[in-house]
Amino acid sequence: MRAGILRSPSPLPGFGLSFGIMMAVMSIVVLLPIGALVGRGLMIGPTDLWDMVNSRRIWSALTLSFRAALIASLFNLVFGLLLAWVLVRYRFWGRKFIDAAVDLPFALPTAVAGIALTALYAPNGTFGQVLSPLGIQVAYTEIGIWMALIFIGLPFVVRTVQPVIEELDREVEEVSATLGAGRAYTLRRVILPTLTPALLTGFALALARSVGEYGSVIFIAGNIPNMTEIAPLLIVIRLEEYNYDAAAAIGIAMLLISFAMLLAINTIQIWTRRRIGLV
Amino acid sequence: MLRTIQLGEHTLVQDTFIRSLSDGRSKNGADNAHLSGRPVKAMAMPQAPLSTLCRSLSTAHLRPGFLAMTAAISLAFGSAQPVAAQHTVEILNVSYDPTREFYRDYNELFNEWWAAQGNAPVNIQQSHGGAGAQARAVIDGLEATVVTLALSADMDTISERTGLFPADWQSRLPHNSSPYTSTIVFLVRDGNPKGIEDWDDLIADGVQVITPNPKTSGGARWNFLAAWAYAEQNGLDPTEFVGTMYRNVPVLDTGARGSTTTFTQRGIGDVLLAWENEAFLALAELGEDSFDIVVPSVSILAEPPVTFVDGNITSDTQRAAAEAYLEYLYSAPAQALALKHYYRAWDTSEAAPEDIARFPEVNLVSIADFGGWPVVQPEYFGEGGIFDQIYEE
Repeated sequence: MRAGILRSPSPLPGFGLSFGIMMAVMSIVVLLPIGALVGRGLMIGPTDLWDMVNSRRIWSALTLSFRAALIASLFNLVFGLLLAWVLVRYRFWGRKFIDAAVDLPFALPTAVAGIALTALYAPNGTFGQVLSPLGIQVAYTEIGIWMALIFIGLPFVVRTVQPVIEELDREVEEVSATLGAGRAYTLRRVILPTLTPALLTGFALALARSVGEYGSVIFIAGNIPNMTEIAPLLIVIRLEEYNYDAAAAIGIAMLLISFAMLLAINTIQIWTRRRIGLV
Repeated sequence: MLRTIQLGEHTLVQDTFIRSLSDGRSKNGADNAHLSGRPVKAMAMPQAPLSTLCRSLSTAHLRPGFLAMTAAISLAFGSAQPVAAQHTVEILNVSYDPTREFYRDYNELFNEWWAAQGNAPVNIQQSHGGAGAQARAVIDGLEATVVTLALSADMDTISERTGLFPADWQSRLPHNSSPYTSTIVFLVRDGNPKGIEDWDDLIADGVQVITPNPKTSGGARWNFLAAWAYAEQNGLDPTEFVGTMYRNVPVLDTGARGSTTTFTQRGIGDVLLAWENEAFLALAELGEDSFDIVVPSVSILAEPPVTFVDGNITSDTQRAAAEAYLEYLYSAPAQALALKHYYRAWDTSEAAPEDIARFPEVNLVSIADFGGWPVVQPEYFGEGGIFDQIYEE
């Protein structure tokens, strides 16, 4: 890269220094570990990699991980938006408390969340006792995995959408109403388009986080191969076998699928921007 | 979780231990720290205000959080006075899940005896976890002084991959280096509502079996082999038998303790395949009226081995302490303690009669009948092995 491109157009000096520090930190924290994973994959070679991941058990684990992450993130997308909306637009007793509680999933060790959810939803737990006579089993089924992933992913959507809702100009909604638009029309054509980029970002973050979640899920999933065994657990199992190559192979498969999904989300984002203009 | 224990003259804060540094300091998990308690009598420790504080604290009844805080401070201080710490003999015992209670008591017993012999007390730290994960931690550099794991296969892997101790380690101590043994029994709900008497009752429709994943748990491998042995002895196709049994497993936990929790606390399943000591412990802790122990017609002699890790021993004093620590496991008082903790120990001379009487006679097959762990491990539990095939169909 030519030095001319790197030169800062800003009147403030320090591009070289800040860029250097940023690159050093990025390399140590993000690029090196991922580079090591990809490097290991390159050493194995694509055909062997394919052979190592191409089994029914690994495919069902990968499908489960991504399906559960997708379902949980879609749930969070809808209810995270609702939660953020209520927190911003209404004043009620305990609002500050709920606002603070949204961050708890960030702070709590995920294993604690997993154990707590399991204790509640096991057939002899508080909720499980109510649900199991109805024939609904949550703990040790895929629904349990959704619950854990919803728990850990919720703050991502709320915290990305909340500031954007705060910035929304209420006058625009009033104008929409005076021009004869109904509530649903205003919501669909005025509010949602403005929130879409933030919603997509929150969704992508929650999705990325859920796909790799291990700590909470292993407690509430039954961990039965082909049914409730998530891909990160398979990686751990491969490590227990001292089979580092096979573990890396599953890791790379997850990396590639995640990358494809995030790329798709970004494409949607660009497409919506183009359609509704910059907001 | 933070757990404090008192060891002879010492107070220890016990938790997920990361590694011990060569200057005596220790590195622990994020939310816990190691407290090296009162100074050892035989050595001169600087009378920093903090060690006085520790001394006064070690006898008081304290809330764990406060203790953790002072421990963290003392750790920070400790790094400033490595000279004092160098004299302490440290032993890190890397063990598997169900031995927590036994080693907690044994460490105290050992230190009392060791001090009575005129030695400075040893600072013993414990690390517990799934046997496989613990072996991997030692391979990856956890500086274990002694390893006391569930399977000799895991010990073989450490020796093979790191050379920290010789390949013939198992001949260094009596009884294949297994000071205590155990076996696999069934824990069923009170009154045995499903009428489970033997292994063939586990493959019946509608019976839910709780056992951990043999890939991640040492105990689960013994469970698997015990079921296999039953099928072989009764002229059944073992692959099919064990396959059917695992299809009755609704939750496959990663460790033996996890399975016990699933069965006892979460109320899942009709029968738990458990270490005998774990089953007795569950009875003792949770009440005899909640569960019953059923002893199957055939089971397996599980020999959890112990050895010292030569490559991690830094001084002669440490070596002497580590060797004594393991050899004393074979002494009559230690064997009695193992029996008290529901292990089948060899020497019953000092044990209480009720500790011996509780063990029923079982027809036990040993791992040697399967050709030994070096054969069994890859064939049954390796990638693409018999266990994997159960779930590949």
